[in-house]
Amino acid sequence: MKTILFVEDESALQKTFGDILKQEGYEIIPALDGETGLRLAKERKPDLILLDLILPKIHGFEVLKRLKADVETKDTPVIIMTNLEGVEDVDKAIELGATTYLVKANYSLEEVMEKVKKALGE
Amino acid sequence: MNLKKILSQFNIRAQCKKYDLSLWQCPQFLFLVMGIIIVIAAVSTYLIGNRYIADPQAVALIVLLLTVILFIIAFIIIQGFERLGEANRMKSEFVSIVSHQLRSPLSNLGWAIELLMSGRLGKIEEKQTEYFRILKENNARMKELVSDLLTVSRIETAKLPLDKKETSLENIIRGMVREFEHFAKASNVKIEVKVQENLPKIFIDPSQIRLVIENLLDNAVRYIKEEGKVEIRLEKTDNYCRFEIKDTGVGVPKKDQKYIFQKFFRSGNVLRYQTQGSGLGLYIAKSIVEKSGGRIWFKSEEGKGSTFFFTLPLN
Repeated sequence: MKTILFVEDESALQKTFGDILKQEGYEIIPALDGETGLRLAKERKPDLILLDLILPKIHGFEVLKRLKADVETKDTPVIIMTNLEGVEDVDKAIELGATTYLVKANYSLEEVMEKVKKALGE
Repeated sequence: MNLKKILSQFNIRAQCKKYDLSLWQCPQFLFLVMGIIIVIAAVSTYLIGNRYIADPQAVALIVLLLTVILFIIAFIIIQGFERLGEANRMKSEFVSIVSHQLRSPLSNLGWAIELLMSGRLGKIEEKQTEYFRILKENNARMKELVSDLLTVSRIETAKLPLDKKETSLENIIRGMVREFEHFAKASNVKIEVKVQENLPKIFIDPSQIRLVIENLLDNAVRYIKEEGKVEIRLEKTDNYCRFEIKDTGVGVPKKDQKYIFQKFFRSGNVLRYQTQGSGLGLYIAKSIVEKSGGRIWFKSEEGKGSTFFFTLPLN
């Protein structure tokens, strides 16, 4: 079973999107802040990381930067899931090594699921 | 500009009240004071200069004193402008923060509705589906409004960067028409597209221009009452690419035409036919087209329809 680390501070989204991912047959590791996300990424070595940007404790960009700087986590694909859609944010995320950048408000659940599967090579 | 409007410009107290500024912080009032002082200074310098011509040092001292007073007033005026600018910036920032904060719960809500509608959490009755559909549509409208508000806030704070790349305008138009097919069919509207052959690609931000075309096409289809036609033309004129969209909709009454590109403006007849719409679409379209180096305009006749045009530079 593939594992997905879901770093998102909104519990409502953890519930809805987490449930969908579980139904699709993935194991979900929830993290409600950047610091926990970083720790769990190292401990659990997930197959994919879904990362919000505006997070408590450590900002999503910093989490991404540290993930990509660490040999243990640098090859794990990271999908940025946020509601920030400034061109500068997208550019920065891609520059830091994110696989995909998606704006939550602009995508349906099905579309997001497609991106997840694609990032997992399915 | 009519006479009433011109006269209202001279009502300084009302002007200052509009911006919630006291008289001594209000640029209009301070400009008036400065103007009066300049006139007095010029006249008195002349008179004093004539009388004390034998003592040039006294004249120089008086001129220096008046210059200092003018300098202080100019400084206060600048501060008044800064306060206005700051108020405007805070307003845009407020809109931006509120919109961002609204976006997250709205997307959560949208996904939860989608999840319920998918039947993954249990079978849905037909009656329930109908209400879920209403929820979904309203959620989509709110997301759209928030997105428009964010775009406006970016335009006003000059934070709407254009990510320009070589783009085929024809492809954008045809893609957008495909997206609108279902809506047009449901509204009994036929959309025709005529594109001049061999049009060169142009250097634009495709996502922003898509937004312009989406707004214009949405208006064209939305404001056709029962059935009708929308014609889109794209051609080259001198150094520009010219887009034209003609509809057989309700048109814009003459009295409303000068306000049509203003933020939040919605024409009286449109309000009668359609309750949806934020009045931001054309403002956004105008801002993007002008920022891209083009021009946007329209002609319209109430009851017969409207034609909107915009140009974009070829180079």
